[in-house]
Amino acid sequence: MNTSILLATTARILNQFRHDRRTVALMVLMPSLLLILLRFVFNSDQAFSRAAPALLAVFPFAIMFIVTSITTLRERTTATLERLMTMPIAKLDLLFGYALAFGIVALVQVLVAVGISLSWLGLEIGGSVWLLVVIAGLDALLGTALGLFASAFARTEFQAVQFMPLFVMPQVLLCGLFAPRESMTPVLEWLSNVMPLSYAVDALTAVTTSSDITGELVRNLAIVAACGLLALVLGAVTLRRRTP
Amino acid sequence: MTSSAAVEVTGLRVRRGNRLVLRDVSCTIPRGSVTGLLGPSGCGKTTLLRSVVGVQIVESGEVTVLGAPAGSPGLRNRIGYATQSPSVYADLTVGQNLRYFAAVLRAPRSDVRRVIDEVGLGGHEEQLVSSLSGGELSRTSLAVALLGKPELLVLDEPTVGLDPLLRDELWMLFRVLADRGVALLVSSHVMDEAARCERLLLMRDGAFLADDTPSALLSATDTSDLEQAFLSLVRAKEAA
Repeated sequence: MNTSILLATTARILNQFRHDRRTVALMVLMPSLLLILLRFVFNSDQAFSRAAPALLAVFPFAIMFIVTSITTLRERTTATLERLMTMPIAKLDLLFGYALAFGIVALVQVLVAVGISLSWLGLEIGGSVWLLVVIAGLDALLGTALGLFASAFARTEFQAVQFMPLFVMPQVLLCGLFAPRESMTPVLEWLSNVMPLSYAVDALTAVTTSSDITGELVRNLAIVAACGLLALVLGAVTLRRRTP
Repeated sequence: MTSSAAVEVTGLRVRRGNRLVLRDVSCTIPRGSVTGLLGPSGCGKTTLLRSVVGVQIVESGEVTVLGAPAGSPGLRNRIGYATQSPSVYADLTVGQNLRYFAAVLRAPRSDVRRVIDEVGLGGHEEQLVSSLSGGELSRTSLAVALLGKPELLVLDEPTVGLDPLLRDELWMLFRVLADRGVALLVSSHVMDEAARCERLLLMRDGAFLADDTPSALLSATDTSDLEQAFLSLVRAKEAA
């Protein structure tokens, strides 16, 4: 790996965003708009405070997944990837370059969503705001990493969009947002246990209810980070210099 | 011979799906000259070029590039490659594209200015690639291949869609590069470009019909232009 090539890749992707202001606006504001909508649907601070932590994990995760999978697919299907594969760039330079660029955007997205939730929507949290931001940011990065990985299995942008229900929706349904994970039938509970989003939601819920940094919280964060890293490495494996 | 050849292909066979795209082709590309790869669309030109730059999965045969097996990591900043469809980012400016690829190749920043001038894109540096005309777009893609100091340039139909004047300028640039010792392998499906090459590889259905100089081809087939020479070779092959 080469840091200067990695950073050049990150700068290149951020430059691409600068020329596409509408996408940036959608990415940064979408989770906040959905949270505002949800606040008025519940019409109660208490109900919103119960659901919001989980959604602070779900929205950035889902949005970063879809944006990343489409963007990387575009790189894979246009000739730019073929050209890069003839050049001295390591596959991990490219993937970490992507992850870093999207990570920066994800962080902005999460900061805006958390800021609006706390200041305007009446979200009350018991723990550290910064830890909340870190977890939600980590979660957006997980979406980015999974999106990079999923793009390897799509041949068209149309297929990539269809991966959103496949990769994201089961995790949302089983993460404990709709029903407590412990009350699920054993098969579903097991499924919920192997899905990284469940740990992100658990961590966020823990941070909003108490200020203690427990061993379980640290473990949950480590699981989310490890899953993100694993998805990136798997993504690198699916990038091929030689193709049929 | 080995030391002077930039590319040596021996018994290369490539299958894509069920179709045999290259049927045991062999050829040698010398340094310091322009070799034209000509043939109808779909005859296997792009597959051969992809094999030379090392991004094609091959079934059998050997491709040696600048003394190393094609695709070796050490070759990655010694070859300039321009794909057939322009391989640049549409949502970046010409300059941003070139600066990015220069960073990947660890080429000096001054190269960006140089290649912009070489392909005649002066004044377009700050323009967004998506707003370029077709000819400007393919020249931007070509400019990326010229970054660094490539010893071998593999260009897949670099002059498609360019007006005659620009085409002429680019062929003069290829000539200058060849005189500096660069090996150029340039594909085209336009026969009137063939006369510009020092050596011609005529391809059809995944095999070579001829590998010769333009003048030798004309005298061997007893024709006055290369299009006729190509047709006469095809007919001779079909009659055989």
